[in-house]
Amino acid sequence: MSPVHYVALSVILFVIGAVGVLVRRNAIVVFMCIELMLNACNLAFVAFARMRGNLDGQVIAFFVMVVAAAEVVVGLAILMAVYRARRSASVDDANLLKY
Amino acid sequence: MTTLTGRALADAVHAQALTTVPATGALKLSWLLLAFPLFGAVVLLVGGRRTNRWGHLLGVVMPVAAFVYGAIAYFTLLGDTNREQDRHLYTYILVGRFQANVNLLIDPLSICFILLITGVGSLIIIYSVGYMAHDPARRKFFGYMNLFIASMLLLVLADNYLVLYVGWEGVGLASYLLIGFWQDRNSAAVAAKKAFVVNRVGDAGLTLAIFLMFSAFGTVSFTGVFGQVPSGGSGVATALGFLLLLGACGKSAQVPLQSWLLDAMEGPTPVSALIHAATMVTAGVYLLVRSNPILAVAPDARIGVAVVGTVTLLFGGIIASAKDDIKKSLAGSTMSQIGYMTLGAGLGPEGYVFAIALLLAHGFYKAGLFLGSGSVIHAMDDEQDMRKYGGLYRFLPVTYVTFGLAYLAIIGIPPFSGFFVKDPIIEGDFTEHGAGGWVLGICALIGAGLTAFYMTRMMLMTWYGKRRWEAEAHPHESPAVMVWPMIILAIGSVGAGAFLIINDRLQNFLAPVVGVPPVSHGFVTPAGIVALVLALAAVGLAWLMYGRIPVAAAAPQGNPLVTAARKDLYGDAFNESVLMRPGQWLTRLSVYFDNRGVDGLVNTTAALIGGTSGRWRRLQNGFVRSYALSMLAGGVVLVALLLAVRL
Repeated sequence: MSPVHYVALSVILFVIGAVGVLVRRNAIVVFMCIELMLNACNLAFVAFARMRGNLDGQVIAFFVMVVAAAEVVVGLAILMAVYRARRSASVDDANLLKY
Repeated sequence: MTTLTGRALADAVHAQALTTVPATGALKLSWLLLAFPLFGAVVLLVGGRRTNRWGHLLGVVMPVAAFVYGAIAYFTLLGDTNREQDRHLYTYILVGRFQANVNLLIDPLSICFILLITGVGSLIIIYSVGYMAHDPARRKFFGYMNLFIASMLLLVLADNYLVLYVGWEGVGLASYLLIGFWQDRNSAAVAAKKAFVVNRVGDAGLTLAIFLMFSAFGTVSFTGVFGQVPSGGSGVATALGFLLLLGACGKSAQVPLQSWLLDAMEGPTPVSALIHAATMVTAGVYLLVRSNPILAVAPDARIGVAVVGTVTLLFGGIIASAKDDIKKSLAGSTMSQIGYMTLGAGLGPEGYVFAIALLLAHGFYKAGLFLGSGSVIHAMDDEQDMRKYGGLYRFLPVTYVTFGLAYLAIIGIPPFSGFFVKDPIIEGDFTEHGAGGWVLGICALIGAGLTAFYMTRMMLMTWYGKRRWEAEAHPHESPAVMVWPMIILAIGSVGAGAFLIINDRLQNFLAPVVGVPPVSHGFVTPAGIVALVLALAAVGLAWLMYGRIPVAAAAPQGNPLVTAARKDLYGDAFNESVLMRPGQWLTRLSVYFDNRGVDGLVNTTAALIGGTSGRWRRLQNGFVRSYALSMLAGGVVLVALLLAVRL
């Protein structure tokens, strides 16, 4: 298996994640899709690092994981607060901030 | 006529550069001059009703105290060799190299004015105690009068043009308040506003002059400006001369800014006396005479000054000859007399000293005339129309005598004061300014005739002839508090001229400030004799018109000149058609342009931006997923662009 396959897989995962963010209403699912996209990026980073024999991409992957973990903590906290207030986790229901 | 030697002439020129020494002795207290009337004004105006009972007494005591100090300062100065003493009070403005101090300059010129302002001013204020006895706002009146005197004293005491300007504006404010004192009368309110607005035009001239001094010389002090003006180029000097003339025109009611003076008669009569005799209108003459080193290097401006003075003296004389209102006639007379002073100032060293002499003598006899007219008005239940007077000499004997003495003084009958102080100015015209001087001189002679005519007319209509007043009027002599000031002023009217001129007393006293006239005239000069003959002829003419035949109770039609003079020689009509109406059109045009042009542009732009943003903000619909879509689209576009650039 050449590293190009890993890149292709990462593209597929990223597209699935992006479509999921755009079409799903449930905030938890949207979150999972975002994680999917982040991890697709990680996969691409690692694949490219492997292809070029350079460790930078691997290091970046760790950074991305840290960011993703932090994001999940904050995001889930917000989600909890919204759910308690509105009894709904649908992102379309939380649309008060507008023109 | 004797000509001074070259040495004396050089001295006269040299003397014009002003050098001062710090004040010593009693003159160190010269701030008292300002403090007394200012204290009176503040207490009376801030103290409110509590001071009603004794307010007028304080209002009298303060100017009298200032006069007493002025007299002490005068005698101190007489006994001192340094007659130009400066009292530093504090630094007013200090910016970079520019410095303006509040210094009080006591020198022969300012002390003359101090004595006139506080002396005649005090007499007028004492008189006001009787005149305003029944006015409900008497306290306020005395407060304003004190403010007036304080401002005028600041004006003449300043040693630089900036502080002079403060006093100048204070005088403008006080005159506004006093002319409009009876503010419930519409005419008084309008007259006060008019005086203020017309004065602003003149003030603009003085302001510009101060700006010019600052930019050309970097200083506004008298010493600094006078020291640098000879080397500053004739252009600057001429511009300064004309700007100062504009300022003087405003305050001294010279043509073309004369129109406020006649309306200023709406104020109480003591105010008229104060404005016309001791303060306000003399400020312009003071400014010109004080600025004599500037005029010395600006001959063109001096001709301008002389011409303005000549035009005004004829203008005022003609107006005064036609007015039936006794105060308006006197106001025209003031205009004419101030015209003589301005003419004197326009003659240069030849005339400065006589301009001041006329100013001082005029202070006495014009104050006497105004207080006399006030006494008559008081006696006649506020009737001011001379056609409703007649035969009053039996009822107001003291007023009649004092008025008569002032009358003899103003028309220049020897040995009364007008003879001594006016003739040198007329005589000087023929020797200054070449052939043009003859025109000025002849006009001044005609003016002397006019003076005699209108004053005789006033005398005959008021004091002689049959009584023409209403049956219910009961003319009576005024109380002592009004009579005594008139008597003192009458003594001044008789003696002031002789005192000032004989032995060249004033000339020697003022020489350090204004120089010495290069040509000395005797008392009896050809021009003086002609003036006297003309005056006597005018007296005769007036008797033929108003003494021999009874005065009509209603004003006759009169010829076109009389009609014009009754309307102030169309001064108001001129202002209205040349300045006011075009001004109104200009404002209307500006308003239209502002509404349609400027506002239109601004409003269109605002509406455009508002409308556009109203549509754009619809994009903020609150759906997170649509934001995510736009982010994705943006990312795709970005990547596509990067790829496109790479390829």
